[in-house]
Amino acid sequence: MRLIITQSTSLCPCRQQVSLWSVSVCLVYAESRHHDKINNDPEAPMSGYHHDIGSKRYRFENLKTLMACATPERSGDQLAGIAAADSETRAAAQLALAEVPLTQFLEEMLVPYEDDEVTRLIVDGHDRAAFGRIAHLSVGEFRNYLLSHEVDSDVLAVLSPGLTPEMVAAVAKIMRLQDLVLVGRKCRVVTAFRNTIGLEGRLSTRLQPNHPTDHPTGIAASILDGLLYGNGDAVIGINPATDNTGAVVTLLKMLDDILSHYEIPTQSCVLTHVTTAIEAINRGAPTDLVFQSISGTQAANQGFGIDLALLKEGQDAALSLGRGTVGNNVMYFETGQGSALSANAHHGVDQQTLEARAYAVARRFNPLLVNTVVGFIGPEYLFNGKQITRAGLEDHFCGKLLGVPMGCDVCYTNHAEADQDDMDALLTLLGAAGCNYVMGIPGSDDIMLNYQTTSFHDALYVREVLGLRAAPEFEAWLEKMAITDRQGRIIVDQNLPAPFAHALTRAH
Amino acid sequence: MIDKSQTPETGTPRTVIANPWQPLREHTDARIGLGRAGGSLPTASHLAFQLAHAQARDAVHLALDTEQMMTELESRFDSVVRLHSQAGDRSEYLRRPDLGRKLSDESVEQLTAMNVKQCDLSITVVDGLSARAVHEHAATLLDHLIPAFEERGWSVGPVALIEQGRVAIGDPVGQALGARMGLVLIGERPGLSSPDSLGVYFTWGPQAGRRDSERNCISNIRPRGQAFDAAARLILYLLDEACRREISGVELKDDSIVASELGDGSQGNFLLPKTPTSE
Repeated sequence: MRLIITQSTSLCPCRQQVSLWSVSVCLVYAESRHHDKINNDPEAPMSGYHHDIGSKRYRFENLKTLMACATPERSGDQLAGIAAADSETRAAAQLALAEVPLTQFLEEMLVPYEDDEVTRLIVDGHDRAAFGRIAHLSVGEFRNYLLSHEVDSDVLAVLSPGLTPEMVAAVAKIMRLQDLVLVGRKCRVVTAFRNTIGLEGRLSTRLQPNHPTDHPTGIAASILDGLLYGNGDAVIGINPATDNTGAVVTLLKMLDDILSHYEIPTQSCVLTHVTTAIEAINRGAPTDLVFQSISGTQAANQGFGIDLALLKEGQDAALSLGRGTVGNNVMYFETGQGSALSANAHHGVDQQTLEARAYAVARRFNPLLVNTVVGFIGPEYLFNGKQITRAGLEDHFCGKLLGVPMGCDVCYTNHAEADQDDMDALLTLLGAAGCNYVMGIPGSDDIMLNYQTTSFHDALYVREVLGLRAAPEFEAWLEKMAITDRQGRIIVDQNLPAPFAHALTRAH
Repeated sequence: MIDKSQTPETGTPRTVIANPWQPLREHTDARIGLGRAGGSLPTASHLAFQLAHAQARDAVHLALDTEQMMTELESRFDSVVRLHSQAGDRSEYLRRPDLGRKLSDESVEQLTAMNVKQCDLSITVVDGLSARAVHEHAATLLDHLIPAFEERGWSVGPVALIEQGRVAIGDPVGQALGARMGLVLIGERPGLSSPDSLGVYFTWGPQAGRRDSERNCISNIRPRGQAFDAAARLILYLLDEACRREISGVELKDDSIVASELGDGSQGNFLLPKTPTSE
């Protein structure tokens, strides 16, 4: 069960407010208003979109081109050859995009309906009634609507099924970081399995105890480290060294035994291909969550060796075990801008829009956890700290608006122009934006995947600075085990909590 | 820089809390037991990380020593050819992975001129993101594989050594040589603790346009990662299975004795009772 918290209180009377919002937009853009209706006859000349700046007319052939040109600069779109040629073109595209009515996104597909099951999922699953309250808005007006005081968590939760990924991607393109933070913070997507994730004022972490050869001592050491630093409430999730089903089964049993032995109210996951997970379940492996990397086009998902039917199979397999105690969100998805392009499956669509489409795939399966692995894919898609930071906030915003329980792997590789300072900035911004969870790893160094993500210490930092806490069930366990005090501060010193002190004697 | 706060004789208050599980570091390269100042990294740990990052950044830009590698490969194979991707230099390589997947025109001509119609196996050695991994480990891994190739009577096509290449560049090479199977040895992106990690990618019927899901990968091959003999066993298992079923990728599950130290998961897992107490 997905728990999107909705109180059935009054929804905003948005009809009255819209007229106010639209005024400013129309004043600014009156001269450029705007494109003709798109002619669907492929033989007819496309009138497209345009914006005039002085005597210069910027033309954009279609919505796909307009979206790509309006995207804030990033290396992946440049690599694909679809980015704006220069800064003024980008600004013109943003001005033109702000004028596009939201209904246009239901008329003009960026990835053809006939060719792509993700498009069909988006179109066929679109909730027209929920869309009704914003159907008359343009993209620019939609931004104002989202920022308005009247639009709160409840309104956004009701609106969510009426939004398509392309709409939210479009509005993200004309938002600054502060807009992405502010609106992201309003969205609340709460999920549950053995604890409750995404509540207001909470920030969870995935304890990621990866080891290059899956050595049990190495894995156990990282788990111990993480738990004693208050991490692991989103999931204890291992990226295994191989996709071998036997090894996956062994790891799942190992994690399950640890959770049972210490009575830790969290869930475990071995991040293997969904087909391996299904096979492991068939072999009786104690599986909490089924993991899969997903992308925003059918062709890119084929590149991952999956389709929607296979994901459904994975979800059904996990649900059949009935292992959740406080909820039944059993899927864990990872995404990241550039995945479709890297699979040569992007249809000429910009990477931020395709990323948002991956969230449409995710929400179909009521996941417990979804995170963008924002800086993992490399500098050819997000070149530096600035691009990674913006992408992380865009992804969180788009996912949350679409009703997906977004977390973020705040990360970078050693061949990107980024460092720890960039990660601190993004982590702090995501904390302010109400991100559901981040990663937690010993000293930021993933010795298995060879990249840097947030550390156990980083989670303590952001919780302290922003007054955030762990998931309630997990927080209670941390306090019971004398790992944290009432304020959620770590109190572990030389005298370890008894069960862990005892465990440590077995290690020597 | 010295963390004076850790030495009680300075008389300053103890601001760094050490972790009693720090000795577990002997079992893992993971940065566990770093201690804390408040909830944050102590100065020494923080600066050690900064140094490691600086070294990894430098490793990315280390150039492939083609002289050394040609010598090592030529001592092992009858025919070795030195090729280049379409990426001119490291800067272009980092921004344009598409160019790293394609052979330069000159390289295509070189391969064509070799006039190899078919072979069982094409081997491609590529710098990738860590020339150091290739320098240090490619020859050692090949030494574990070559006897098994001979045993199976497989014909190995000319071995390609490629600068500024990505994984998929093995596809056009294998295709040009009419290879039934393609093996790519490539330097993986350097981690903070592993600047020398070698990856091996296997593709059945290599040809331009193969998807990543059509490949199998054995990662993290280095002395402190996946051991050479274990990696070699896994590679041979995949090649044998592929010959039998004529596929590679996600449909070719790796069900061999896994090249890992996981065992039954209990060996050394001190978090659970009734396990052996030490290795």
